[in-house]
Amino acid sequence: MPTYSASTGESWKLRTSKEQWIRWFFWLVGIAIIMYAWQMISEKTIWFFVADAPNQAADIGARMYPPKWSYMDKLWKPVWDTINIATLGTIIAMVLAIPVAFAAARNTTPNIVVRSVALFIIVSSRSVNSLIWALILVFILGPGVLAGTIAIGLRSIGFCAKLIYESIEEIDHTQVEAIEATGANGPQKMIFGILPQVLPTIAGVGIYRWDINIRESTILGLVGAGGIGLQLNGSLNTLAWTQVSLILIVILVTVFISEWVSAKVRGAII
Amino acid sequence: MADSSESGGYPSSWKKAPFIKNNFLRWLLIVGGAIYLAAALGTMDIDIARIKEGLPRAQRFLDSFFPPNFADNRGVVWEGLAESIWMAIISTVAGIVLSVPIGLGAARNLAPAWVYLFCRGIIAASRTFPEIILAIFAVKLFGFGPFAGFIALSLGTIGFYAKLLAEDIENSSPSQAEAVKATGANWFQWINYSIQPQVMPRMIGLSIYRLDINFRESAVVGIVGGGGIGATLNTAFSRYEFDTAAAILLMIILIVMVLEYFSSFMRKWVQ
Repeated sequence: MPTYSASTGESWKLRTSKEQWIRWFFWLVGIAIIMYAWQMISEKTIWFFVADAPNQAADIGARMYPPKWSYMDKLWKPVWDTINIATLGTIIAMVLAIPVAFAAARNTTPNIVVRSVALFIIVSSRSVNSLIWALILVFILGPGVLAGTIAIGLRSIGFCAKLIYESIEEIDHTQVEAIEATGANGPQKMIFGILPQVLPTIAGVGIYRWDINIRESTILGLVGAGGIGLQLNGSLNTLAWTQVSLILIVILVTVFISEWVSAKVRGAII
Repeated sequence: MADSSESGGYPSSWKKAPFIKNNFLRWLLIVGGAIYLAAALGTMDIDIARIKEGLPRAQRFLDSFFPPNFADNRGVVWEGLAESIWMAIISTVAGIVLSVPIGLGAARNLAPAWVYLFCRGIIAASRTFPEIILAIFAVKLFGFGPFAGFIALSLGTIGFYAKLLAEDIENSSPSQAEAVKATGANWFQWINYSIQPQVMPRMIGLSIYRLDINFRESAVVGIVGGGGIGATLNTAFSRYEFDTAAAILLMIILIVMVLEYFSSFMRKWVQ
């Protein structure tokens, strides 16, 4: 037990001197990095604009009020599109993610080459944002809902596959052995031994991702990939602030509803 | 388990039990799902002609991605990457500093009802809007550049971090909190010695995870003018320098991979 000597005798303290020095050193390095990062950012900032921000905020706030409720007529279709992008994108992602997950899990992968390919797919899908996928796909497929759907699908593969393969790696192996003992072949082992164990995870991940995708699909319109973002972008570009505030309210409500639905369904399944 | 033993004896075949017991509900869900899918696919308006036109374009497009060009514009790419990294670090730190009081306020076992509702409201608002929308407004308010991106990412961090912190505090063991309270600790000592040690390991892991997310997000806030590698990427796209864009995408993937290894290593080390 580390102690220090005070006028009243030996007393307890939390850490040894060496530990304290190491901690102190890490704090020093950490704070130095943070200060340096801040300096790099502030160097590129025009402080005049930042100082002006409260005025700008008040100005935009005044322009945004009251929301233009009559614009709602034109928003039903984009909201419907947004939900479809998220749903179909999630379905595409799940269909592709399950085989990738089986290829990536240590206990089901056929060999190391397949596993590293699967892991690469997972990482690259996770690290490229859906907006960038959409940017690329709009070039190829033309602007529209389809590009957005595929972008959401490609983006979600990594997330879903990662969570599914982690749960495949954690299955109870005795059940697989029991199935094996009945004389089941490879695919049968997967379907009757492994799949039932990970099915709750698969369903949960799919619904969780759907919830995230609703949120992501609201912005894909910014690069032309359909959904309510298209209207948001148009309204921002034409400085129609009362429409912008209505769109933000619509997004807020949609996200709340989807979160509620996803929580309910997950509660029912798991 | 549904078996086919109608005549008494042992069942000779086995059928998997249906997932949803209620027949009516099951068919309702299946039919409803099918109708929805048909309706949703109907709105896709898949324009075959446009795709046919697009495919050779896609070929050319993908060809122009290869080989990734790391050589030209190297200075700009490095500068953008560095800016993204600094932005990710500073916004993670600022976001966490802001999240701690909000997270404490949003934990039901610590805060009175009105503080709880207020803090939960902040979290819900921050979680609803994607970083990109926050970034659009930050750019409007603070002007172009990394400062706007920093603001957007910090606000985005609050929704994520404060929520998980609050949930972790709610799940922490009350007996330790009581023990510390029994020593006559004041509120700050109580939080510092009973709650903080319980939530710390998970929170360190989450902050590294959030650093990882913020770096990835910093690649897109640039598209709307928030600085960082996203701005460089957007410039590369709009100048049709796809080989540079490919190089940037590869760099992003590489850094995310490194961060992911680093964060799993750190989490093991902390626990």
